[in-house]
Amino acid sequence: MALIEFTKRGIYCKQGDFYVDPWWPVDYAVTTHGHSDHVRFGNKHYLCHTLTKPIIKRRISEDLDVETLNYGEGIVRNGVKISFFPAGHIIGSAQVRLEYKGEVCVISGDYKTENDGISDVFEPVKCHSFVSESTFGLPVYKWQKQDIVFDKIKSWVNDNISQTKTSVLIAYSLGKAQRLIKNLAGDVPIYVHNSIANLNEVIINAGVNLPETIRITPETTKDELQKGIVIVPPAMRDSRWIKNLSHPVTGICSGWMQVRAHRRWQSADAGFALSDHADWTGLMDAITATGAEKVYVTHGFTAAFSRYLNDQGIESEEVMTKFGQEDDEENKVDLADAEATNTDIESPKLV
Amino acid sequence: MKRFAKLIQQLELSNKTNDKIAALVDYFNYADDKDKIWVIALFTGKKPRRPIKSALLKYWAIEITQTPEWLFSESYSNVGDLSETIALLLPPAQNTSDFQLHKWIEDLHDLEGKDDETKKNFILNAWNTLETQERFIFNKLISGNFRIGVSNKMLVNALAKQSSLDSAQIMHSIMGKWNPYEITFTELINGLHVNTDNSWPYPFCLAYALEQETEKLGDITEWQAEWKWDGIRGQIVKRNGELFIWSRGEELVTEQFPELHFLTDVLPDGVVLDGEILAVQDKQVLSFSTLQQRLNRKTISKKQLDDAPIGFFVYDILEFEANDFREHPLSKRRKILEKLIGSLDESAVILSPVINCKTWEELAELRQTSRSINSEGIMLKKLSSHYHSGRKRGDWWKWKINPYTVDAVMIYAQKGSGRRANFFTDYTFAVRDGENLVTIAKAYSGLTDKEIKEVNSFVTKNAIEKFGPVRTVKPELVFEIAFEGIAESKRHKAGLALRFPRILRWRKDKKAAEINTLEDLRQLLASTFING
Repeated sequence: MALIEFTKRGIYCKQGDFYVDPWWPVDYAVTTHGHSDHVRFGNKHYLCHTLTKPIIKRRISEDLDVETLNYGEGIVRNGVKISFFPAGHIIGSAQVRLEYKGEVCVISGDYKTENDGISDVFEPVKCHSFVSESTFGLPVYKWQKQDIVFDKIKSWVNDNISQTKTSVLIAYSLGKAQRLIKNLAGDVPIYVHNSIANLNEVIINAGVNLPETIRITPETTKDELQKGIVIVPPAMRDSRWIKNLSHPVTGICSGWMQVRAHRRWQSADAGFALSDHADWTGLMDAITATGAEKVYVTHGFTAAFSRYLNDQGIESEEVMTKFGQEDDEENKVDLADAEATNTDIESPKLV
Repeated sequence: MKRFAKLIQQLELSNKTNDKIAALVDYFNYADDKDKIWVIALFTGKKPRRPIKSALLKYWAIEITQTPEWLFSESYSNVGDLSETIALLLPPAQNTSDFQLHKWIEDLHDLEGKDDETKKNFILNAWNTLETQERFIFNKLISGNFRIGVSNKMLVNALAKQSSLDSAQIMHSIMGKWNPYEITFTELINGLHVNTDNSWPYPFCLAYALEQETEKLGDITEWQAEWKWDGIRGQIVKRNGELFIWSRGEELVTEQFPELHFLTDVLPDGVVLDGEILAVQDKQVLSFSTLQQRLNRKTISKKQLDDAPIGFFVYDILEFEANDFREHPLSKRRKILEKLIGSLDESAVILSPVINCKTWEELAELRQTSRSINSEGIMLKKLSSHYHSGRKRGDWWKWKINPYTVDAVMIYAQKGSGRRANFFTDYTFAVRDGENLVTIAKAYSGLTDKEIKEVNSFVTKNAIEKFGPVRTVKPELVFEIAFEGIAESKRHKAGLALRFPRILRWRKDKKAAEINTLEDLRQLLASTFING
């Protein structure tokens, strides 16, 4: 019997009677990370990484019943050993390793192989079967080193400041925002939207070292923002608040910005190809390193990526999941925050 | 090349006209004169000859990256552009180079006639010295068009700003015939080449759609009303014994329309006419679908000449006795035009009639009959107006009749290309035919970005089958499709085809059971058929 099966509710381990990142309520949910397409409301019990606990409590509910593990630690459920390894996707993101009677299966959740300076670095884990994402599973998606991308962002910001434009970066409030803060911190002050500031607080309280940022309030002046870097979540993108800033220019940080068509489609002023997902090379390296005999490909370019793996002699199968809807979900989650904040910061004081 | 790559990036990064013009001005201030010539040539669609087929570029890229062909195709369909797909697939460059744009173009030009091995070595070498963005541009130089949202007008405005010359004059110069290998930048923008060139056309004067009540335009006696014809806008140039026919796409189409060649003998020299190329029989305008049989053909058969005879409905005169007449008021131009064309008495060249009405109400009523003569509405031109370059608000208005509409259900969706490469944006629609649904149109425009995202998420969730890039979806979403005409078609299962279908609006209030039937469309076809 296979260690995991793909069911309507999500990835299920029958022997251990638990689900990994289920999208319908279950009794026992093992959670890879805090993005809303991977962790949902309504499970009776959650198992996640220590750093993910305060994040999901903040984002979903304080009342969640949450049990935690550190990387390398494990517990046993009905003979199945569950342990966590760094996935490098965002703070607290974990690959879930399952072992039962010598058979090992690893569910990667979302991952990236490059060190982003803030999440624990991805660690390949040997296994028999591997569940991989394929968000960027096409060979046109190969990232530049993040230092190069951050240099581009910094020089964009400096140009903007000298031309009296306001630099507004659009980034997911969980993950991308903290990565930007960590890597852009320096002489230029960073101003963050409420929803990001709230998460930063949670992350700092959990013991993560995050550079100082300034929460945007009704008292923050347009002039201050123009001389700084403004980071807001995607839901704020077309907001009146941004339009009212002093000569606002928006920059989107996402792997999709690798391709011109997507840059234009997003109609932002600048696009930076910076992703928290593995690129083509990263996916291939990670999969090779696991030595897996069988690879299940979930969200992304599943068909193409899976076919390529098979061509390369790695047995693979594509699996339909509800992962990868971060964009929609993130927008919804943040909208509530954003609306609350909108009324806050769209006060007449911004002159 | 680095400067040009930066220009392209700046043009792509901004969607504000002023930013684009600023980037262009900045480029024209600092770039090499020879490079500037090529930038103008490339942006106005004067492509250098292709020394290498794009299929070969693709083949070599596949070979050196060892990408399976199907994976290349998947990548291409995601990226939406061949040059860019290749640029992104290639491994990082090992060397660097810093040649100017014109040097690359000249080197590529020199490859013409060389064997494939030489070409391949040159290309692979180039790829290995260029960064991703430069590579993309390099590939574009060989294989494609630069579609980066720079209109001729924008380019001309930037050149005018940079050179302090008159923008109409520059528009004139760059629209004429010139050879980028021979002309200098100064010669080009000063228009030294255009006086010696018989063919140059004038920029077309274009109209905006009428948004206000006609009453607000003032007294009807200050206006000239004409039928708005649905054909190919064209300009006929006769100078020094030579005849040229330009289409609005700034293409020379003289050869395509032999019916008009007699004008070489009957038109005086130094005349430029503005008008519409139409299918015409017995001085009556035929439907656009008839005209279509004659478009974009390299050779024309006797049968095509008989089935779809061409005529030219003349609107305006821009040059007379070799003098630029565009600054004269329309009333004066019309008088000269009437005299000139009236004296021809030809069945293929017809003065587009002026509609005489005493009141706006009378005109509005007449407008409703447009379709019966294959017109798509009325043009309103101020009698005192000059012939402007391009689109200018106020003097000319197009007052089109409302399109036909049909309620149809979406049954297939396909991902778009270019900037919409990752969304399902191309939809196929069906109407009811008894128990069945039969497809009647494919349309890809008319929705807002937000609606496209919404439809996209519906398609993702409700896809039934997958045929390559196409998804069959649950017939649930109803759209109101607007179209300009209807014609019989053997190629389509429905037996008819809609002309210029586009989405008018998403009818969230309607269910799939409430859509139109094929019979409704057949009736419409029967009623329009009588009118030819």
